[in-house]
Amino acid sequence: MFKWFVKWFHRFGSPPYFYRLAGLWLPWLTGLFTILVVAGLYGGLVLAPTDYQQGESYRIIFVHVPAAWMSMFIYMVMASCGIIILVWRMKLAEVVLSCAAPIGASFTFLALVTGSLWGKPMWGTYWVWDARLTSELILLFLYLGIMGLYGAIDDKRVAGRAVAILAIVGMVNIPIIHYSVEWWNSLHQGPTVTKFDKPSIVWSMLWPLLTMALAFKVYFVISLFQRVRAELLHRERNTRWVEELVKS
Amino acid sequence: MSLSEFFNMGGYAVFVWSSYALTLVLLVLNWFLPYQQHKQNLRKLKRQFRQDNRNNDSRT
Repeated sequence: MFKWFVKWFHRFGSPPYFYRLAGLWLPWLTGLFTILVVAGLYGGLVLAPTDYQQGESYRIIFVHVPAAWMSMFIYMVMASCGIIILVWRMKLAEVVLSCAAPIGASFTFLALVTGSLWGKPMWGTYWVWDARLTSELILLFLYLGIMGLYGAIDDKRVAGRAVAILAIVGMVNIPIIHYSVEWWNSLHQGPTVTKFDKPSIVWSMLWPLLTMALAFKVYFVISLFQRVRAELLHRERNTRWVEELVKS
Repeated sequence: MSLSEFFNMGGYAVFVWSSYALTLVLLVLNWFLPYQQHKQNLRKLKRQFRQDNRNNDSRT
């Protein structure tokens, strides 16, 4: 079993194999994303009932919460790539880490702005410097820092190792974001879904939320695969497999 | 629920719809730009490959 996994890991990590596999998966993933997002939007905007306290404004939740989850999820993916880079020097992990950063930054930005747009009517302000909002803003700066550092170093092997270390160090921020609403006083509400207790949200609101979260995950893979394919072509432009690909 | 009621979002239309609009913009960009980049890289490599071939042919 372990041997099989190691073999698969090495094959999966080889650029031509990944390039081809990602190309095969993209249309299926796009189809799956379309189904999920249509179902999630219909459930969230039409079927889900009006909130008894927040009225219709709460419907921002169906993009805000999945975006916030993605902002942390993508960071964890990047930190895992960082560990793979430092331990195995895997080239594909460097490409995935650098390609995931702009997508993660987009979702973090989205979480911050939709949070603001939700905060204005409900809290009476677009922004407060409390723990949840500030730590999420720091996450955005971490993403931008990783993108800047990767772009600033010409030798991409060195750049890969540098951002790996930055991504791993920045991981301390992730539990801070998650527990910020419990450790400090905040205008932001506590977790409603990601806790050990039963989720404190009714099913007719929960399922569109989870469907949107899944749709965003699939979207991340689509965007990432597209980016990785473009980057692999560029990085491996002098290799045999790219030449053969171009020839055909 | 009528259509205008739906778009009005109980008076929160500005906040709700601008959230969804920004989401749409970011998702489209993060899909389209890499797609474009990949196509461009492939085209560039193909051109380069043809040029190299032509140079080789003229030399022999």
